Amino acid sequence: MKRLTCLLLSLLLAVGAAALPVAAEEDTIVINEDISVSANYDWTRFKDKGVKLNVYNWGLYISDGSDESVNVVEAFEQLTGIDVNYTTYDTNESLYAKMKGGGANYDIIVPSDYMIGKMIAEDMLAPLDYSNIPNAQMIGEQYRHQSYDPQDAYSVPYTWGVVGIVYNKTMVEEEPDSWNVMWDERYTNSILMFNNSRDAFAIAARKLGMSMNPKIVEEVNIIAEELKKQKLLVQAYVMDEIFDKMGGGEAALAPYYAGDALVMMEENEDLGFVIPKEGTNFFVDALCIPKTSQNKEAAEMFINFLCEPDVGLANCEFIGYSTPLDSVREMLPEELANNPIAYPSAEVLANTEAFTVLPDEINAAMDAAWSDMKSYDEEGGGWVVPVFLILALAMTCFNVWRRRRRKKRREMY
Amino acid sequence: MKSTHLRGLQKAYVCLIFSFLYIPIAVMIAFSFNESKSRTVFTGFTLKWYKSLFQNSMILDALMLSLFVAIVAATVATLIGVMASIGINSMGKRMQSAINTISYMPVVNPEIITGVSLMLLFVVYVNFAHWFNSQPAIPEFLQILPENIFGLGTLLIAHITFCVPYVIFNVSPKLRQMDVRLYEAALDLGCSPKQAFFKVILPELTPAILSAFLICLTYSIDDFMISYFSSGTMQTLPIAIYSMTRKKVSPEINALSTIMFVVILVIILVSNYVEGRSYRRAREKR
Repeated sequence: MKRLTCLLLSLLLAVGAAALPVAAEEDTIVINEDISVSANYDWTRFKDKGVKLNVYNWGLYISDGSDESVNVVEAFEQLTGIDVNYTTYDTNESLYAKMKGGGANYDIIVPSDYMIGKMIAEDMLAPLDYSNIPNAQMIGEQYRHQSYDPQDAYSVPYTWGVVGIVYNKTMVEEEPDSWNVMWDERYTNSILMFNNSRDAFAIAARKLGMSMNPKIVEEVNIIAEELKKQKLLVQAYVMDEIFDKMGGGEAALAPYYAGDALVMMEENEDLGFVIPKEGTNFFVDALCIPKTSQNKEAAEMFINFLCEPDVGLANCEFIGYSTPLDSVREMLPEELANNPIAYPSAEVLANTEAFTVLPDEINAAMDAAWSDMKSYDEEGGGWVVPVFLILALAMTCFNVWRRRRRKKRREMY
Repeated sequence: MKSTHLRGLQKAYVCLIFSFLYIPIAVMIAFSFNESKSRTVFTGFTLKWYKSLFQNSMILDALMLSLFVAIVAATVATLIGVMASIGINSMGKRMQSAINTISYMPVVNPEIITGVSLMLLFVVYVNFAHWFNSQPAIPEFLQILPENIFGLGTLLIAHITFCVPYVIFNVSPKLRQMDVRLYEAALDLGCSPKQAFFKVILPELTPAILSAFLICLTYSIDDFMISYFSSGTMQTLPIAIYSMTRKKVSPEINALSTIMFVVILVIILVSNYVEGRSYRRAREKR
């Protein structure tokens, strides 16, 4: 009897062991050791049709095979037989300029929140067919229906994050909890500030308790005044130099994006990160298809591929920004999935604001106020241009005079 | 006594100038072997950036494209430029200076103007081609104007365009310095004009043509502005590097720059050596 049970049990085990991979094989396709995708989708319908996808993404914004990561684009090409032409840009504005100029047809782009709003308003994006993107269901509820695209008709979130303060624990006296610390005179010359107008204005606006999407020009001016006050304390206006400056302990306080802050904190243990109580900016970069795309269905397949849990995980680990895919967050290591920096609580998120498209006059006012602020108290900047003009004129006159004189001399002999 | 002082000062000055030129490159080479991604602290020696550079298909593709465009553009531009300078040389004096001024304009013009205007030209062409191809009055077999031209073609056209003036300015002076009597002597001694050109003029011009070719090569690899506006969905190396600046520039770029620096250094050393040897030989013959 005992022997029989033993036999039965072992038989069951064997069957179970054999059945498991079979079950796994049934609903996933294994591309390589890191990536398997759902088999419940017709990945191969564009095979051997010579389809080429032009993907335009931020620099270093996809798992590309460097640093022992997985090459996601190559995996997609292997799976679908679609050729991907992957290129990169550095700002939303250069993406916009490139598309507006009519110099290129892209199939996939990854603009940020406010730029999506602008592109929708200017009819530059194609509405998505969600029957081709079943994986979009895995996007968490809290990342859907954002103000820039309330119906989610044009965009599928790719990454998101918040802006907070990176600080050096050995250089600040108490843990900051408010944007006020960026205006604190005790830290004169060890404060870094964003070198882009939109982010800098957002911080000053939140400090004043105002919206980071000003509606009238007066609001812009009030915020600009606040930035002028801060200028005396600021060591430098920087963007990615923050990595080195904070990592090397050259500054005490700097605003930056949560995902990048985590990378900095890994490199320098003295660093901390806080999301100020006045609230902050919530940003999303989302996948969109331009209206000019020639391969919309293949582009939707690419979006669906990026929403696959394994692919999302690889990208999330490579980029370091937070993922909007619930399925990916579940796969993350515990300490990251529940990290209050990468995934702040619902209360913190409720107090955040996304950028919206600003009217032209506000944009112009902001640009003017920004350059005014930057040149503020650098006295006498106004004389540079006239002086150079006069110098150029004088040089021309001198040249003409010299040539005349030479000619005369030659004629004399 | 005074002269040694002066000599010391001279040496210090030369050292200062060269350190300005070469310290940045030395720092870059040093940091391409840096263990961590930091740009300020050197944590240890490693070759991993070189390894990962050769696995990074985006950078390598961009490099291949840049090299291909540079070689093709430099070759074509040199050809056009040499022909142009020979033509210009046989013009009247007034015409010559007029043409020289015109071809000088694109060189002193800011690159951004060349870039934007080329892009506008291409866009205008695309719009025209689209309009032309959809005109019912025009017979169908004529409606074959290509519409999707942005890409390799436009990139090559743009690069050739901005390279040609550099060739003209390298070759023209040499042509002017050349003794006209050489050519006439060749004709007197029974050369046909064609033979005289290939056997007398061209060998005389070779150094200038070669240096023009090298200048085009470097300007083309170097170019960001003009490529940015005319590359369509393609990506040259400077564009790829620039787009990385949103995050930290990867040390792979240091590694790549180091390799390029070493390759160029070797080319210069070899060409100097060869030139020096042929110069010595020529002197020995005399």
